[in-house]
Amino acid sequence: MSDWSVIGAGVAGLAVATELARRGASVTVYDKDGLPGAHACSWWAGGMLAPWCEFENAEEPVLRLGQKAIEWWADKTEVHRCGTLVVAAKRDLPDLRRFARRTEGFQDVQTEEIAYLEPDLHGFAKGLHFRQEAHLNPRKALHDLCRGLQEMGVDIRHQPAPGDLGNTVDCRGLAARDVLTDLRGVKGEMLVIRCPDVGLTRPVRLLHPRLPLYVVPRGDGVYMLGATMIESEDRTRITARSLLEMLSAAYALNPAFGEAEVLEIGVDLRPAFADNLPRIRRRGRVIYANGLYRHGYLLAPALAEGVADLALENTHSEMVDEDHT
Amino acid sequence: MKDFYGTQLPNALMLGTAQYPSPAILEQAFRASGASVATVSLRRESGAGQAFWQMIRDLGVTVLPNTAGCHTVKEAVTTAQMAREVFDTKWIKLELIGHTDSLQPDVFQLVEAARILTEDGFRVFPYTTDDLIVGERLLEAGCEVLMPWGAPIGSGRGLSNTYALRAMRAAFPDVPLVIDAGIGVPSHAAQAMELGYDAVLLNTAVARAGDPVEMARAMALAIEAGQRAYQADPIEQRDMAEPSTPVIGKAFLS
Repeated sequence: MSDWSVIGAGVAGLAVATELARRGASVTVYDKDGLPGAHACSWWAGGMLAPWCEFENAEEPVLRLGQKAIEWWADKTEVHRCGTLVVAAKRDLPDLRRFARRTEGFQDVQTEEIAYLEPDLHGFAKGLHFRQEAHLNPRKALHDLCRGLQEMGVDIRHQPAPGDLGNTVDCRGLAARDVLTDLRGVKGEMLVIRCPDVGLTRPVRLLHPRLPLYVVPRGDGVYMLGATMIESEDRTRITARSLLEMLSAAYALNPAFGEAEVLEIGVDLRPAFADNLPRIRRRGRVIYANGLYRHGYLLAPALAEGVADLALENTHSEMVDEDHT
Repeated sequence: MKDFYGTQLPNALMLGTAQYPSPAILEQAFRASGASVATVSLRRESGAGQAFWQMIRDLGVTVLPNTAGCHTVKEAVTTAQMAREVFDTKWIKLELIGHTDSLQPDVFQLVEAARILTEDGFRVFPYTTDDLIVGERLLEAGCEVLMPWGAPIGSGRGLSNTYALRAMRAAFPDVPLVIDAGIGVPSHAAQAMELGYDAVLLNTAVARAGDPVEMARAMALAIEAGQRAYQADPIEQRDMAEPSTPVIGKAFLS
């Protein structure tokens, strides 16, 4: 049995640790900030397992590798398989047509079907229903991964990784930039609101030429609104413009969102490489797994499998772009 | 080809850097098209877009920062000054948005901001309408380039008013003119060049195409075609057929 250390307890690190432990490795996880929390960018994710929708603006591996994610997560945390509904205001129907041309795996839906799927959406004449998609609660998912790891005997240590750990997987996200110099941060801003007056059951995406919005139900009238995508590395603040635009878009979905209670405002940076696809790199005894971009929960399972393949079986998945042992 | 504030550009395509699926695809689109100018928006990335800005610099093309999203003279001037520091250039594409829905230029503020920036040493590329009087005012304010719209930003409708654009070309024969905004497909870009425009600036039509790299290449080819056609002096339209082979001696009354 081989010994592995994983640095970083965000979605990447926990998924990698889970996959290594599941295949019989002895794993220890180190995170200087301890268990998952607001310090990790995966804390602020939407939790949509939506490879078909994401393909609209992503490369092919996201569609293919993302499809593994639903099953991977389903035996580790609660996964809601309700699909995704994509709608656009009447004036933005060209955006809906474009979205439909670029994606697959949906059914066209009209007023009556939209009303049947989501009775609290009004005034949308056309939409797309991606029924195979799913969503999860990211914070619960991280918690469940930690619990699963502890059950497998994996220690999650609240401390910086000691030097010279031997076999190591570095999953520090953007902090790994000291080594992975081609990593950049892409700013995302999101809100968590409570609005019991609106009862959405599945993620809804509102297309708009300027501010595409998604709303993900978290249960008990709580919703996550997201998320901006800005080529900036300022994680200190949300701008008034972003707040205004996200809330205006939510209001357009249902004016009752105007009465929502704002519970949380999240701002963080997604670690990304130039093509916005994840990478696995081996340098000596350290494997770097990074660059999940906006696809943390969607691609972490494939990333974790790729790392385990390399670490334990010395096989190279397509995410491996460098190997210097 | 006319020069832009003393700079001779290798080709007539100016390409925006927003909305691409990834920076890698953005870079490939520039390589495939050979675009000579990269426009970049500062406003949304204010504060800390260093990694992305460095990628833009690394494209190795002339950078034309813009003031996209600015609604007031004060915002535009501040953004321009920031752009000058970040990219070490006096060039600024001046955008003053008058209305959020149409994104049409507020030409009154545009002229005022152009004057302020020119006096401050900037080389201003104003995004304007096809109005001739506004064009004159911008030249008086110190602009040496005019960038009239083809159609509203991102609309992909092509050249909505070719009469006005022809009139503008005729009114300002010596001023470099760039069609900025509204291009959807390569034929629109070719048409702009056939009208005698000096360059075309576009972004959405490439960045949001299914295959941005291939569309970038197609745009570059169309621009070259239109430019060559203009230089080749196209024939005039006429109402009746003009035979291309002699008819004398043929039994044309048969």
